[in-house]
Amino acid sequence: MTVLTHEMKTSFAFIERNFYLTRRYWGWELAFLVYSVAGALSISLIGAQAGDPRLLLSLMIGAIFWNYLSVVFSWIAETIAVERWEGTLEYTMMAPIRRSTQLIGSTAYAIVYGLVHTAVILVVLILFFPQLDLARANPVTAVAFVLLGSFSFVGIGMIAAILPLLYVERGAQMTFVLQSCLLLVSGVYYSISILPGWMQVLSHISPATYVLDGVRAGLIDGVPITNLFGDIWPLLLMGVSLIPLGVWAFGRAERYAKRTGKLKRVG
Amino acid sequence: MTATLSPQLNRVQALPREAALVVDHAVKRFMVGDKRRPVVAIDDVSMRLERGEIYGILGSNGSGKSTLIRLICGLLTLDAGRVEVFGHDLVREELTVKRLINRVSVDAAFFKKLSPLENLSFAAHLYGLEGGSARVAALEILARLGISERRAGRPIEQMSRGMQQKVAIARAFLTSPSLLLLDEPTTGLDPRSKLDVQMFIEELRSEHDATIVLTTHDLAEADRLCDRISILNGGRKVVESTPTGLKLLVAERNDQPATLEAAFMTYTGRSLDDDHEESEETDEPN
Repeated sequence: MTVLTHEMKTSFAFIERNFYLTRRYWGWELAFLVYSVAGALSISLIGAQAGDPRLLLSLMIGAIFWNYLSVVFSWIAETIAVERWEGTLEYTMMAPIRRSTQLIGSTAYAIVYGLVHTAVILVVLILFFPQLDLARANPVTAVAFVLLGSFSFVGIGMIAAILPLLYVERGAQMTFVLQSCLLLVSGVYYSISILPGWMQVLSHISPATYVLDGVRAGLIDGVPITNLFGDIWPLLLMGVSLIPLGVWAFGRAERYAKRTGKLKRVG
Repeated sequence: MTATLSPQLNRVQALPREAALVVDHAVKRFMVGDKRRPVVAIDDVSMRLERGEIYGILGSNGSGKSTLIRLICGLLTLDAGRVEVFGHDLVREELTVKRLINRVSVDAAFFKKLSPLENLSFAAHLYGLEGGSARVAALEILARLGISERRAGRPIEQMSRGMQQKVAIARAFLTSPSLLLLDEPTTGLDPRSKLDVQMFIEELRSEHDATIVLTTHDLAEADRLCDRISILNGGRKVVESTPTGLKLLVAERNDQPATLEAAFMTYTGRSLDDDHEESEETDEPN
């Protein structure tokens, strides 16, 4: 229990620090929010132009929840990149903490930040499209899928965080490649049925596919979560396996970085 | 071959105390270039530091000083040998060792948009310190180093290099390290800031029983602060003694002036005469 309490307190270090960073970079946060709102609006307007309320809602959900997932993913993946940029990576790595503690702290903040960010976009879009009919929506299903999907994205984020650890100069940018591939195959703005067969195989191993299926079923058709087991079990399976895989892979990468001297700041 | 002095010149070695740090035949190689050529950065280095000692490591740029510090911190893995801190093996008891040590490097690395207090709060949490008491302690240490509470709340990016380095020292000291690794902590500081930092290092040892490893290019600083000094050259420890011992060594064995500069030049492969002769050759017209 004492160990657990200590680890929780230590995790809080990353939550508090990231909060301080968000507060100091408030101008950038505001700009990023405007960028995210503008992007979500642009995509949703395609549905409005088509005059199809279902398409509008489907695109809106895609834009909003892709924003959430990519924000969570980015925060975790950039955990290392930011420290390398600031030059603090060696100090954090030599602190007496388990790597899982560091990753849990960064992850917890990423989820809270992502939820707040997404909530703001959601409010703006609802205000922008008053014609939206959400009377049938089942928000419980939507929230449950977002939270379930978060576990998988945390795991993928941890794996992506390896890239800035191993590739000193361009590692952070390489995480965007992974993110864009997930965007391509996960049916964020279109049905995965239009993808070539080999891409559809990839769709089935992307957690975003199941999250978006579940959220759309909940918000557009009002389907209760109990009827969506087909989308839940892959997410559970991926969440349970990807987080330990992420921690393990990060540990291996850290050992490699310590063997080859890649923790040292460059520049 | 490592040169050693007679026991009467090595005043700290003559006092048997608990070993704060043992580096035993440490070896570190890096693979460099497209052909993955192995380069030995640390070559069979051994040293033993007693509790409360200030131990200087001198050497030219690229001699392996910072690599050795990183090996002791666990930021690099050893290819051979072992490191023990207060009897704890670095590999087997990594977290225990990490709790006992901290480091200040030549570049004061911080989240520059955050204030000293916010940066120190982060460090305190990482080392398991309570928020309230850590804040009080941080303010006390910063005040001791001449940084007021009001200043401690503003972003670090607005501070001078010297002030930032003081915050770096405060961050290390906040965690009460038993072994403090100072990697060129005064490089680039103005004389007043340098003196402040040197006085604080002396205070750390005298009042807080800290054991300190200090790498520096400032030979006067090494002479003033260090109980013993070793010189690294090409990743190898080539000599170890007290400052006085080193001076006498080069004077007696190499017929050089009894100065640390002469010792440095001699044990890094060049004597003062070499430099002088080379200078004369260079000055000659073609």
